[in-house]
Amino acid sequence: MMEKMIFGRYVPGDSILHRMDPRSKLIIVFLFVCVVFIANNAWTYGILAAYTFIMVGMSKISPRFLYGGLKPIFLLVVFTFLLHIFMTKEGDIVFELGWLKIYEGGIRQGIFISLRFFLLILITSLLTLTTTPIEITDGLETLLNPLKKVNFPVHELALMMSISLRFIPTLMQETDKIMKAQTARGVEYNSGPIKERIKAIVPLLIPLFISSFKRAEELAVAMEARGYKGGEGRTKYRQLTWGMADTGMILFLAAVTILLIVLRG
Amino acid sequence: MDISLKNVEYRYQADSPFERLAISDVSIDIPSGTYLAIIGHTGSGKSTVLQHLNALLKPTRGSVVIGSREIRAKRKEKNLKGVREKVGIVFQFPEHQLFEETVEKDIMFGPMNFGVSEKEAKARARAAINLVGLSEEILEKSPFDLSGGQMRRVAIAGVLAMEPEVIVLDEPTAGLDPRGRKEIMDLFYSLHKQKNLSTVLVTHSMEDAARYADEIVVMHQGKVFTKGTPELIFSNPQALIELGLDVPEVVGLQLRIEESFKTKFKKISLSEDELAEMVAEFLEGGGLK
Repeated sequence: MMEKMIFGRYVPGDSILHRMDPRSKLIIVFLFVCVVFIANNAWTYGILAAYTFIMVGMSKISPRFLYGGLKPIFLLVVFTFLLHIFMTKEGDIVFELGWLKIYEGGIRQGIFISLRFFLLILITSLLTLTTTPIEITDGLETLLNPLKKVNFPVHELALMMSISLRFIPTLMQETDKIMKAQTARGVEYNSGPIKERIKAIVPLLIPLFISSFKRAEELAVAMEARGYKGGEGRTKYRQLTWGMADTGMILFLAAVTILLIVLRG
Repeated sequence: MDISLKNVEYRYQADSPFERLAISDVSIDIPSGTYLAIIGHTGSGKSTVLQHLNALLKPTRGSVVIGSREIRAKRKEKNLKGVREKVGIVFQFPEHQLFEETVEKDIMFGPMNFGVSEKEAKARARAAINLVGLSEEILEKSPFDLSGGQMRRVAIAGVLAMEPEVIVLDEPTAGLDPRGRKEIMDLFYSLHKQKNLSTVLVTHSMEDAARYADEIVVMHQGKVFTKGTPELIFSNPQALIELGLDVPEVVGLQLRIEESFKTKFKKISLSEDELAEMVAEFLEGGGLK
C-alpha cells in the first residue's frame, strides 16, 4: 500500500546527477531553495520550471514513476493552491458567489506559491533519488565542517540525519505490514467514511511507535557494541571527489540565477 | 469455504524501477477442511501467496476465488470485509499488531470491526483467551506488560475471536521456544479438527509440514515446484535437498540408515514409530549381515 512512496528513497542509476559529488548537489539544492524566492512573474517562474524539468531529465528517472511517487504530496500542493485562492484578497474580483469571492491576486498567488512548492519538492526529491543516504551525510558533514570551530555538533547532526534517512524505508515496510495485519482484522484504510478512516490510524500508529522505540534502543546498543564513540578520530572509507560536472552544474544554476534577477519584475 | 488460486501472478511495485516479479503461474486449490502447508526458501514467494488468500494483495494476472467471491486481476474490488471476516491471518510476529489498552479490548477489536456486538465480542475474547492457554486474569492487563510468548498468544487469540472459517498461518511459531512451538501448533491442529477449519500453514519447518498437513505445496523462485501429500513430497527427498530445503529429521535419519546399510526401505516414513518398525523388520530379516 505504501510501496509507491518515493520520498527519501534512492534509485540506483548512472546519470550525471547520480555521479555528481554530493557536496555540489547539496549546494545546488540549498541555492535553489533561495533562488526560488527571486521569481515573481510568469517569465521567472517559467525559467525555474524549465530548470527543474531539465534536472528531472538529467536524472534519467522515469517521469511516470516520479509522478506516481509524488502523488500524495501533490494533494498538499493543491491544498496550498486552494488556500491562497480563498484567503488572498487583492486585485479585482474575478468570481463571486454569495459570500465566496475570488480575487485576481488570489489566483496569481495560488498558482505561484503552489508552483514554487511543487518545484521545491521535485528538486529535493531528485537529491534523495540520486544520492545514497550515506553520500548525503558525508557531503553534509564535510560542508558543515568549518562550524566545528564554534562547537557545533556536525558529526552528530550528520549521524542523526543518516539514521533517519536510513530508516524511512524500514518504517514504510513496517507501516505496510501493520496495515495489512489490521486490514486482516477488519480495518479499512482505503474505503469507508472519513471518520472511520481517521479512527483506523490509532491501531497503526501505536504499534509503529512501539517498534520505533525498540529499534532505536537496539540500534544504540549495537553501535556501542561495535565501539562507536562519536566522530573523533574516525576515518572515512568513501572519499568525495569534486569533478568538472560539479563545477559546471553550479555555474549553470548561477547563470539561471542571474537571468532570474534580470527578468524579475 | 473453498479457496482456489488460478494462474496467479503478482508483481510488487508494478510500473516502477523497483518492479519485481514475486510469483507467477501459481495455481493452488484449498478445498474446505484441508490442512495445507506451503514450504519453500526465503524469497520463494510463500508470503506473497498467503496475502492473496484474503485479498490483501490482488493478483496482477490470474484470479483468486474465495468462497463465492472472485478476485480478478485489473478489476477494482470493493467491500472485501466479508472475505476478510472468513479468512483469518496470523502474520509473522503477530504480537507487533497489538495496540489496545487491555488484552480484552485488543482481542475484541477484530470481531467488533466485523459488526459483532460488544457483549458477544467480550464472550468471544474470554473463549479465545482460554483457547490459547492463558488465564482470564490476563484480559485486564496491558498487552505491553506481557512476555513475548504471552503477547504472541494474545495476538493469535485476536484472530481466533473473529471465528474465521479459514485460518492462515505465516510462521506462527518463529522465535518461540520448543515447548511453546509445540503447544501453538497442537492448538491450531485441534482447532482444525474440531471446527473443521481450513488451515494454511506457511513454514520453514519440515517437521510441522510432515506432521500436520494433508497436502504440501513446495514453492521455488515464485513458482509451484511440486505439490502433493506429505508421503509423496518426502518420498523424493533428493529433489528437496537440491532446492536447499531440509527434510524432516525422521526422513533424514532413514536416508542415513539406508546409506550406511546399503539398503532401501519400502517407503519413506514420516513418524518415528513407523521408521522404528521398518528398522526392526530389517534387522529381523537379518539385514546386518
